Amino acid sequence: MPVKSYIQAVTQALSEEMERDQKVFVLGEDVGKRGGVFRATDGLYEKFGEARVLDTPLAESAIAGVGIGAAMYGMRPVAEMQFADFIMPAVNQIISEAAKIRYRSNNDWDCPITIRAPYGGGVHGALYHSQSIEAVFANQPGLKIVMPSTPYDVKGLLKAAIRDDDPVLFFEHKRAYRLIKGEVPDDDYTLPLGKADVKRNGSDITVITYGLCVHFALQAAEKLEQEGIDAHILDLRTVYPLDREAIVEAASKTGKVLLLTEDNKEGSIIGEVAAIIAEECLFELDAPIQRLAGPDVPAMPYAPTMEKHFMVNPDKVEKAMRELAEF
Amino acid sequence: MTENRHDKLGLSDEQVLEMYRTMLLARRIDERMWLLNRAGKIPFVISCQGQEAAQVGAAFALDRAKDYALPYYRDMGVVLAFGMTAKELMLSGFAKAEDPNSGGRQMPGHFGQKTNRIVTGSSPVTTQVPHAVGIALAGKMEQKDFVSLVTFGEGSSNQGDFHEGANFAGVHKLPVIFMVENNKYAISVPVSKQLACEKVSDRAQGYGMPGITVDGNDPLAVYEAVKQAADRGRRGEGPSLIEAVSYRLTAHSSDDDDRTYRQKEEVEAARQEDSIHTFSAYLRELGVLTEEKEQEMQNEIMSLVNEATDYAENAAYADPETIFNYVYAE
Repeated sequence: MPVKSYIQAVTQALSEEMERDQKVFVLGEDVGKRGGVFRATDGLYEKFGEARVLDTPLAESAIAGVGIGAAMYGMRPVAEMQFADFIMPAVNQIISEAAKIRYRSNNDWDCPITIRAPYGGGVHGALYHSQSIEAVFANQPGLKIVMPSTPYDVKGLLKAAIRDDDPVLFFEHKRAYRLIKGEVPDDDYTLPLGKADVKRNGSDITVITYGLCVHFALQAAEKLEQEGIDAHILDLRTVYPLDREAIVEAASKTGKVLLLTEDNKEGSIIGEVAAIIAEECLFELDAPIQRLAGPDVPAMPYAPTMEKHFMVNPDKVEKAMRELAEF
Repeated sequence: MTENRHDKLGLSDEQVLEMYRTMLLARRIDERMWLLNRAGKIPFVISCQGQEAAQVGAAFALDRAKDYALPYYRDMGVVLAFGMTAKELMLSGFAKAEDPNSGGRQMPGHFGQKTNRIVTGSSPVTTQVPHAVGIALAGKMEQKDFVSLVTFGEGSSNQGDFHEGANFAGVHKLPVIFMVENNKYAISVPVSKQLACEKVSDRAQGYGMPGITVDGNDPLAVYEAVKQAADRGRRGEGPSLIEAVSYRLTAHSSDDDDRTYRQKEEVEAARQEDSIHTFSAYLRELGVLTEEKEQEMQNEIMSLVNEATDYAENAAYADPETIFNYVYAE
């Protein structure tokens, strides 16, 4: 099976969907001739032409809003925000419009748009090229938020997002783009939105996370295995709405739960995961729920020392997992 | 002697009568909604009064079998012309289950009806502008020849979404008609405190499109401007900005008191230019409308409004359990 990088899986999914369905098109800043600043849309302009790989003016609310209009007409737009941090001018379009179009029209209109954005830190991107912004959107029924961890998941979930009849925010970890490689079949496959995935089976402790942190947990688990600690790792994949069933099952399996995110701890996705566990299976637990996350400071500083201090990394994860196992 | 202006625009006597009838119907439905509100029967009204000529003139200039309308909350004239009925508007006023706009989920004035290509809207103003651009973009991609008409107030022309949307349409030469219904007030704030330029239409220049200002109390002037813009759009020449200047004859909404920020005399003066009267006078002077015909029309409209009110008042609310429906595709 071909091995591809995380970002190659993005490009392949886009290309396959554009080939499959004439209604799929891409719009955003620098997505055309340049093929995207990260090269996520590399080759699409040459293959599908400028009408379907549209370089837009530098205006995020229009990128989202024009995409929303096209989606209401019946197209399948894939809008790119150049960095997740720059989605803020489009928040009104996403929350007031995309999220509510089906609901407010009592199912008369719908909005099948996909909005892709690279998020996450560890790339010397400082405050405004490093943020995790999923929590901004994760209490907005009507939206779906997908944050894949592996190239295989990227392809299957992005294709599913494009085919989904509702708006999907698809956040790609920018450090994973070239760091993470994996097997990606050339066939046409999709993976279900709203379903978490067990990335490692284990019996001592449970780690629930998403995105790049999945790899930190997997690396830590390899090391801890030598110490006789067997970790169970659940990858949320869709962070909104959450897969409650999978969360409860994973938490109940070991009774010791560590929740991981590189977002700021307060008000993040994992707080909701903790609440679900507390509501549904508190008496299955053998230890207090643990959270490892970014610190509650506004965003990630630029200097390497401070960036490193902010970021979750395999060492921090390993330490937290060991402590939980020893509880 | 009054000059026949509609003939020159290619409009028949029947068509201008239908325009007048639509304006009058909008006015009468709106007036009824205020009565119902003051009687405590419906919680909220937001009015079209004073803007019917611009709304109906614009809608009649389009191909209402294929063009798209993205109205704002005052556009009862637009949606009536695009095919929404008095009964449907009343169902929305009473927030009943059969309301085609939202099934009673949204406040009145939040129009949407897919079969008539009236695109669903929200309360944060101007968000519909980029949507109109997106619909026009989709039409261009699919090689269709429809245009999209998006309307909004002069206050909304300060929002980023107006500027981002207009620029996008200008760059990509999309068939969008941006129509500002300048009623001189954004709730309480007058135009002089909203705009640093003289006219909203001056803003067109920055986005590479023609911008004109027309008398919004004259449905024929608005018709002509929108017709030219639609033709331009269909020829692939891109978007246009039209500013139709009229006046808001009521308070901003049923929850506003306009006596706190404008003089009674000013409102009275504006009433002298009310298009319902001036257009009626024009049609009478030409003999297109007679006293008898007008009375017939008034009677027909009143019974329509009465029937719509009775029907909507007696219609069922949505079952509260349906609150969970249609968050996502089902």
